[in-house]
Amino acid sequence: MKQTVSIRGSAHTDLIHDSAIKHVSGGADYCDDIAEPIGTLHAYFGTAKVAHATINSVDLSAVRAAPGVVGVLTAEDVPGVNDVSPTGRHDEPLFATEKVEFWGQVLFAVVAESRDIARRAVELAKIDYTPLDHVIEADEAVAKGYPHVTPPMTLKRGDVAEGQAAAAHRIQGQMRIGGQDHMYLEGHIAFAMPGEDDDVIVHSSTQHPSEAQHMVAHVLGVPSNAVVVNVRRMGGGFGGKESQMNQFCAVAAMAAKKWQRAVKIRPDRDQDMETTGKRHDFVVDYDVAFDDEGQIQAVDNTFAARCGWTSDLSGPVTDRALFHADNAYFYPHVKLQSRPMKTNTVSNTAFRGFGGPQGVVAAERMMEEIAYKLGKDPLEVRKANFYGDTDRNLTPYHQRVEDNVMPRLVEELEQTSDYQARRKAVLEHNAKGGIIRKGLSLTPVKFGISFTATWYNQAGALVHIYNDGSIMLNHGGTEMGQGLNTKIAQVVAEAFQVDFDTIKITKTTTEKVPNTSATAASSGTDLNGMAALNACEQIKERLVRWACDHFGVEALLVEFAPNQVHVGDKTFTFGEFIKQAYMSRVQLWAAGFYKTPKIHWDREKGQGRPFYYYAYGAAVAEVSVDTLTGEYTVDRADVLHDVGKSLNPVLDKGQVEGAFVQGMGWLTTEELKWDDKGQLRTHAPSTYKIPLAGDVPREFNVNLADWSENRELTIKRSKAVGEPPFMLPICVFEALGMAVASVADYTECPRLDAPATPECVLMAVERLRG
Amino acid sequence: MSKKMHIKLNVNGKDEEFLAEPRELLIHTLRERLNITGPHIGCETSHCGACTVSINGKSVKSCTMFAAQANGAQITTIEGIGGTDNLHPLQEAFKEHHGLQCGFCTSGMITRATKLLEEIPNPTEEEIRFGMAGNICRCTGYQNIVKSIQAAAAEMNAAKEAAE
Repeated sequence: MKQTVSIRGSAHTDLIHDSAIKHVSGGADYCDDIAEPIGTLHAYFGTAKVAHATINSVDLSAVRAAPGVVGVLTAEDVPGVNDVSPTGRHDEPLFATEKVEFWGQVLFAVVAESRDIARRAVELAKIDYTPLDHVIEADEAVAKGYPHVTPPMTLKRGDVAEGQAAAAHRIQGQMRIGGQDHMYLEGHIAFAMPGEDDDVIVHSSTQHPSEAQHMVAHVLGVPSNAVVVNVRRMGGGFGGKESQMNQFCAVAAMAAKKWQRAVKIRPDRDQDMETTGKRHDFVVDYDVAFDDEGQIQAVDNTFAARCGWTSDLSGPVTDRALFHADNAYFYPHVKLQSRPMKTNTVSNTAFRGFGGPQGVVAAERMMEEIAYKLGKDPLEVRKANFYGDTDRNLTPYHQRVEDNVMPRLVEELEQTSDYQARRKAVLEHNAKGGIIRKGLSLTPVKFGISFTATWYNQAGALVHIYNDGSIMLNHGGTEMGQGLNTKIAQVVAEAFQVDFDTIKITKTTTEKVPNTSATAASSGTDLNGMAALNACEQIKERLVRWACDHFGVEALLVEFAPNQVHVGDKTFTFGEFIKQAYMSRVQLWAAGFYKTPKIHWDREKGQGRPFYYYAYGAAVAEVSVDTLTGEYTVDRADVLHDVGKSLNPVLDKGQVEGAFVQGMGWLTTEELKWDDKGQLRTHAPSTYKIPLAGDVPREFNVNLADWSENRELTIKRSKAVGEPPFMLPICVFEALGMAVASVADYTECPRLDAPATPECVLMAVERLRG
Repeated sequence: MSKKMHIKLNVNGKDEEFLAEPRELLIHTLRERLNITGPHIGCETSHCGACTVSINGKSVKSCTMFAAQANGAQITTIEGIGGTDNLHPLQEAFKEHHGLQCGFCTSGMITRATKLLEEIPNPTEEEIRFGMAGNICRCTGYQNIVKSIQAAAAEMNAAKEAAE
């Protein structure tokens, strides 16, 4: 008889977030909710109030003398190495010694009986500086001969001069692209407990527990095996907790070992925003040559990035800007250069897209330039430049685009969003010449999936089946809301054909899976899902072998059915089957491992296959702009996004919607402002405006391309979803441009810089009116 | 140290009485003194809404109110709205409609939404978006949050009608 029952929560089904019930009832524990042991101390950073200076003297006597202060930590107290550089460049002192290189740099930490006492005590420090000239902007750093924080990269293919000579048109321009604060709702936090010998346990809200572990060990001067880092969940990460948590973990651990008491450190929002890195601001110089049809012949672009005072992850971030400087378009002749510039600002870091969005925005600017120059619909120009299937499919880094679904995606979206008719209506509306102008734009996204640091593309998982049939799942990824734990548990549920609820997903801990990569680059499910599946398959193989032996049947006759196991003509519940296997001494746990196949990358040559595959998407936005004030609304947005064969459509759709709104914030309202002294003035949500519930598109239609399947053998043929949709709202930015351009009858590219705040839009309107 | 004040609160139906310094913020009273950790600390400047609670029937950001100011008040936090085995329709809706991702804003969102639906039992989408403007979410793009509130409003109105 055919079984019609199925398990709850298998792969490819809509399943709510595994912690949802705890989230809605207040029972989900974040780091700050962990009960504090008696005697817990609180640390707080004392930071520099100058952008660039030599330190003449540091007088912390009043700090130390403040009632309730237990002690102070400075560079002199570091038992190991005074460095938290995530890439091993040793350029990031935990505590400044002779020099201050940005406003907000950590000079010392106060440890006190309460957080309030620690916060007040840091204000008592007397620091004497000799100020030095400082540099805030990337192009200013280039002009003043500031160094690169890390070696730049060049991608080259063909002969740019030849392409330019043969082209009918050539446009050169510059675009400024602003940075972005992560504004995770839960800020940075670390909570350390001292153990015996060299041991220390650190609870933290980090996307990269293994790196935090290694950094704590490095700073304490102990081997990594003395340090445990635990992460239950984060209240948002977005890249901001990949490397930036290291300093908090290191200081909490140092203090815990020094005073042998639990120590917590949690900056307030202002210090969090001043002292931790953000998305890189870029200044892009572009030079594009093209023919009368709008097809690009040659591209020669330079990407200067505000990296801040240290390298942090700026090398791979600026590399990724180049990897995405083509977006979805074929460049016959191309040269792309990165300039990772040192500046006297906080060291910029990972943020959803990791440099990719800045590359994509610049590519889209070139499409707009070409369209305005030739008087075409920008969508026509975009289509004319899409990668081909069998030819015109080589990227600037010499990887072939083999899985291009862009033409189909865009065609479908063009139809479902009624693009052509709406464009006509928008042009007619604007032709009437009113104060409110409209804009409509459709933009594509192609995003490469894999860490470009090839060795990062590995993962581990640990799966236990207890002898009552319950399953415990642990893997190297961290949960920050994206639903990683849910998706991986779905994979495990499907492997054993048990209900989702049979599986307990535990916190991420360096004790269970070592040497993990950051949960970043959208790779969490791809990597850890495969590692978990590998563990399940090992256990299943043992179980099948045992069952064959024990019951005298062929392997084909051992079947994992929904919550049951059929062995020949016998049927057991999963729990009964497991119990028997245990009694027969079968090993019921396994460590799984995965490394992404096919990828390789030679940075020196600028050639290889850095990406396993690409994720695609496209979006259309319609906006209304008040040309008297620069204020605008997004009237409608339509999205069609490719997540392959989705493991969990409801979670994936949530990622797409959230990324769209976050990307829209980056390109519209979120503005980082430094003053003349080099102090960040937008360091709290009072002045730094992320989108609110009423700021999103009035009509918002988001769909997944349900026909898509990953051509590569990824976990259940799904595709990564974290970062790619972040670039969809570039259509909002370009639609704003169209509305602005209408005041000059579309004869001139509006050349908006990002973010296109109402102020920026108004200035562009005035500029185009002349 | 300032002179401590004698403060009485009723939190989630339970009377609490303690001595606290005048500057103690309500969020710290809840989280550290009473171990009620559902309300979260996001920005500490009343902009993000992660710490939202209800005080005498009004939505309040507990990070910018002194415990002393709440003396004598009835306070409801997410824990008082419903537990895992008796979820409020809003909690049920946020869970079922995936109105959350990282969950950090969720307790404040739901707590605020309970008051919104008391103020406007049958709100339009526009009214929901305006009424929730004091609560920031960085993950979801708000789509499913709005859907959750709409679903809960429909559910609660239907239940009310059935009861009448």
